[in-house]
Amino acid sequence: MDDPMVVAEGLHKRFGATRALRGLDLAVPEGQVCGVLGPNGAGKTTAIRILATLADPDAGRARIAGLDVVRDAERVRARIGLAGQHAAVDEQLTGRDNLRMFGRLYHLSRSAARRRAEELLERFGLAEAAGRQVRHYSGGMRRRLDLVTSLILRPQVLFLDEPTTGLDPRSRGEIWDSVRELVADGTTVLLTTQYLDEADRLADRIAVVDRGRVIAEGTPDALKSEIGDRLDVVLADPAQAAPAAQAMSRLAGAYPELEGGRLSVALTRGPVRLLDVLRELDGAGVAAEDVGLRRPTLDEVFLRLTGRPAEDAPAPETTAAPEAVR
Amino acid sequence: MTAPSLTPVAPAGPVGRLRWTLADGLTLVGREFCRIRRHPGQLVAALVFPAIMVVLFGYVFGSAISVPGGGNYREYLMPGLFSMVTFTSLMAVTLKVAADASRGVMDRFRSMPTARSAVPFGQAGADMVGGLLALTIMVGAGLVVGWRPHRGLVPTAEAFALICLMRYALAWLGSWLGLMVRDEQVADQLGPLVLPFTMLSNSFVPTAGMPAWLRFLSDWNPCSALTAASRELFGNPGQAPGDGAWPVEHPVLAVLMWSAVILAVFVPLSVRTYRRRGR
Repeated sequence: MDDPMVVAEGLHKRFGATRALRGLDLAVPEGQVCGVLGPNGAGKTTAIRILATLADPDAGRARIAGLDVVRDAERVRARIGLAGQHAAVDEQLTGRDNLRMFGRLYHLSRSAARRRAEELLERFGLAEAAGRQVRHYSGGMRRRLDLVTSLILRPQVLFLDEPTTGLDPRSRGEIWDSVRELVADGTTVLLTTQYLDEADRLADRIAVVDRGRVIAEGTPDALKSEIGDRLDVVLADPAQAAPAAQAMSRLAGAYPELEGGRLSVALTRGPVRLLDVLRELDGAGVAAEDVGLRRPTLDEVFLRLTGRPAEDAPAPETTAAPEAVR
Repeated sequence: MTAPSLTPVAPAGPVGRLRWTLADGLTLVGREFCRIRRHPGQLVAALVFPAIMVVLFGYVFGSAISVPGGGNYREYLMPGLFSMVTFTSLMAVTLKVAADASRGVMDRFRSMPTARSAVPFGQAGADMVGGLLALTIMVGAGLVVGWRPHRGLVPTAEAFALICLMRYALAWLGSWLGLMVRDEQVADQLGPLVLPFTMLSNSFVPTAGMPAWLRFLSDWNPCSALTAASRELFGNPGQAPGDGAWPVEHPVLAVLMWSAVILAVFVPLSVRTYRRRGR
């Protein structure tokens, strides 16, 4: 079938006064990783909950492997894995107990559930901790177990809802490695994140979501060249701001903003080399204390795409619909 | 995909579906055994409480309370404690279900091809594991302090069956509460509220001395019915006074009716709340 593995068409969802989704469209071809990028409250989690059959859309349709998520929910469930913002495992049990129990609930035979548990523990570096209660695990290990639990059935589609939020850099790297390994197996992954670098590292395509809608979509490269990496220059002498800004605009194709002693500009014409920056500044007689090239932050992406900073869902609306928080 | 798919084929007929539901329910009951094995300390803590109550009420309060119609207070007390433990257990279920809901475990169940009604059934069933253990400990403690069933095997078995039935019904109420609050902390704070509810009954003192309105509440408290039924079936002192409200005069029937009502309301309610989507 030519249908992409994951399809969402015009999804709408409201919680009381909050309109979580307002016509969200998404298509992820088989074997690809789609990163859904957006601030808190943009509708990322709601979209995943609908796709994972946990919630019904008010309007619009969604299909997984050609199966409608509302009408064919049960068949969809046998094809998906979900790892969320929680470590959704039983903390009183050991890692091994959890995998066996969930394996049984996926209707594997007792022996198949045991085999699969050992296989996964081994493969994802949890074999050593397998006999310990999960409540003694580190945050990173819990998330890894959570991820592994969603892989028991070798899902065709894996949903990862902010899989690394709140993790330290090392644990985050480990989760990324695990996700990459899955992708090598051909699993289609839909991943939500608040971090541009996470989407950049893992995703084949990124969909930027704002206020319940996809506002930009493309490969990370396309998106970045549209938004541009940032060039930051910290001036040694604030009086040199004018010549420095001139020099930077020649490279970036846009005039930088000055904030404190720091000039910052988006590289809309494409990447530049640090060496060229230094040469240009030197030529203008500007003494720089620090020069940096970096990825735009989510805030800057939003500023470029929407003309306003990324904002969390308005607080009163969120409390009016506690469901939307989870 | 290189790896072979593990996707199980869903059974077509109603018999196959029922088998899956039963198997899933049993897996969740097995989870409770597994928990107890991994963390026996928690069970010990849960069992020490009723044992302390036996000593506390039996000897501290018992010395000052006289049993209507005469008899040993500790014999009078034990049926009351059985029913107190039965009723307080409902908050343990609420806490477990709320913990699963707030930690995303419930969502994981929901996103899996696990049979829809198996989860609440399994959770209510799992409570019986701890329930039977607690009952065993209580019986042991009771025997130690001099409590005895006096009416022979069948009425004794009937009494325990009533206690278990009520506990099972209450587990469903607890599971519904847990699904509703979906917050471990709230569930934890609700817990202590059940204890006064169990004390507002005939479990520890005769209701005859209470003000009329309080006695009315107490007589209609399902906890009183269970206590009165156990006293009757065990042949313990403190039989129905003859002028009490209907439930304490016909306690066995009352317990059956209370349990039936609770099950009739909360089984469908819990299953529906669990299955409800669209959040």
